[in-house]
Amino acid sequence: MSIDTTQQPATEGDPAEQPAAAPATKRLNTAKAMVEAIAREMERDEDVFVLGEDVGAYGGIFSSTTGLLDRFGPERVMDTPISETGFIGAAIGAATEGMRPIVELMFVDFFGVCMDQIYNHMAKIHFESGGNVKVPMVLMTAVGGGYSDGAQHSQCLWGTFAHLPGMKVVVPSNPADAAGLMTAAIRDDNPVVFMFHKGIQGLPWMAKNKRSIGPVPTGDHVVEIGKAATARPGSDVTVVTLSLSVHHALDVAEELAADGTADVEVIDLRSIVPLDTEAIIESVTRTGHLVIVDEDYQSFGLSGEIAARIAEHDPTILKAPISRVAVPDVPIPYARPLEYTALPTPARIKEAIIGQVAPA
Amino acid sequence: MSSRIDAAVQRDLYDQMVLIRTYEEAILREYHADKKPAFDIGAGLIPGEMHLAAGQEPVAAGVCAHLSRGDAVTATHRPHHFAIAHGVDLNRMTAEIFGRVDGLGRGRGGHMHLFDPDAHFSCSGIIAEGYPPAAGQALAFKKRGTDRVAVAVTGEGAANQGAFHETLNLAALWKLPVIFVVEDNDWGISVPRSASTSVANNAERAAAYGIPGVRVEDNAVEAVHEAAREAVERARNGGGPTLIEVHTLRLWGHFEGDAQGYRADLEGVPGKDPIPTYEAALREAGILDDAAVAITRRAASDTVESAIAFAKASPEPDPSTVRDYVFA
Repeated sequence: MSIDTTQQPATEGDPAEQPAAAPATKRLNTAKAMVEAIAREMERDEDVFVLGEDVGAYGGIFSSTTGLLDRFGPERVMDTPISETGFIGAAIGAATEGMRPIVELMFVDFFGVCMDQIYNHMAKIHFESGGNVKVPMVLMTAVGGGYSDGAQHSQCLWGTFAHLPGMKVVVPSNPADAAGLMTAAIRDDNPVVFMFHKGIQGLPWMAKNKRSIGPVPTGDHVVEIGKAATARPGSDVTVVTLSLSVHHALDVAEELAADGTADVEVIDLRSIVPLDTEAIIESVTRTGHLVIVDEDYQSFGLSGEIAARIAEHDPTILKAPISRVAVPDVPIPYARPLEYTALPTPARIKEAIIGQVAPA
Repeated sequence: MSSRIDAAVQRDLYDQMVLIRTYEEAILREYHADKKPAFDIGAGLIPGEMHLAAGQEPVAAGVCAHLSRGDAVTATHRPHHFAIAHGVDLNRMTAEIFGRVDGLGRGRGGHMHLFDPDAHFSCSGIIAEGYPPAAGQALAFKKRGTDRVAVAVTGEGAANQGAFHETLNLAALWKLPVIFVVEDNDWGISVPRSASTSVANNAERAAAYGIPGVRVEDNAVEAVHEAAREAVERARNGGGPTLIEVHTLRLWGHFEGDAQGYRADLEGVPGKDPIPTYEAALREAGILDDAAVAITRRAASDTVESAIAFAKASPEPDPSTVRDYVFA
């Protein structure tokens, strides 16, 4: 192999070789990080605007738009009627005319009243037009349970969206990624479904979560869509997960490291369309053990897709059968003991990891 | 016959309707050419469902006469007449219907999914679901301070869909420059309007949203033209949306292959064809004669046959490109 060195930068004295100063950051919760990213893009690009139910004076039921109305006015932060087909469809039409709407579907569970616009229009127009019409928009939506909101307000459903071609699906787990992925989503020429878990927002009216607050770069900050992150390196077991379950996986990993049970690697997918298959395979090739933690329904979804990709690549990288910690195929129950049996809790994650490292 | 409309416009409306009809007849011919003796919907040079708009020409001709380049149209699963009247590239549209690489969608869309961004034209195969994006296009036009308008088209069967009502409310609320057009061809596939719709006509439903509603009877192209003139003017001047329902005619089946056994009015249908009726009126008014009609028909035929030839000469898509264009 020959390498053309003429295009390489000089090595001596090149500023790129100097250790980079850590970027300036400030501590924000995830909701605030999302808002800051949206505001920055609205300042940068007049075509960016926000619409949805209660995104104005209320600031988003899960604080995803707090303060934007005051900063940008009602022309660019538009409260809509409770009319998801109407206003998501309107966002699509505006996007085909070159605007960059950010439209909020208050709970992802509400997709049932507007899915035609999402999967038959938003996701297919670019394809049907042979690439001639772009649909640059963000559909942001709150997901997840754990606070007894019942079967119609607690689902994650990312596997449903990811199954249907034509939309990117991003699912951040922390403030910095929420900001960086939101910026990337707004700048993307494709429709991006941005799914934020209520439990990572740092909302004052939900259970406190120390991982919902963290450093967020104050400058231009983009997280590439389609790249997983190693939330914690480890050598014994790979936990592939996303969203709030990353927090639980990290908590369990710290506990198991402290007591010497296992050195757990936690992969935070960050996006599932595209899915970073390479990162998953690289990690599992090292550890030989895989636990998939998914707050979506177990069957026909993300956990099965990950298992299939490993099987298609090389099933022999696994030293043991995989473990899945997902929502068993039941609607999310209301009563607390039932809900916390269905959800992928730290206890279930811990049990699955121990099952992987325990001698057979 | 109204005298408020000048002869040149009348001639344009006639020419437009003849062009559309000539096109639909040519597609009909090509569609069935290689589906004999046994009809196989998936076979032939033009496969798949085919919804032709013969009989509905007055709606497209009358409405689109007021549109300019830059105005938007979202049409339905039966889109050809509006595409032609709104100036969609006929060669590329035809190539798309034939599933060829030079088609508007490079063969990914088909006849129900025609997108011509230069003409701001799109359509959707899902009933009433073209309405919300039209409102969004109008929203973009308004935000950018232009006087451009969006036309959203559906059939009368779509007026019972949620998307129809959600969009009327949203457009009225935000005073968007949209013209909502309902083509009432009496039939939702096999179900007559009397069995689907609780009100006598859908123009009445405009009142529920506080916007003007107009019903045009008798498939009358000049009456459509007049109603659309007012609606487009209102939209351009910031007056918000209008709903126009036109009582039109489905001259042929819902789709090709539809034997229309359910259709009690079938015998009288040919006598209601709007083109001979309008042609006779214009002849009587001295606007058309044999020579003028011949010129119109010849020009339409040349344009259409040239588009068909363009489509047939275009290659089919390379199977290895099947995954292209899912993402930008």
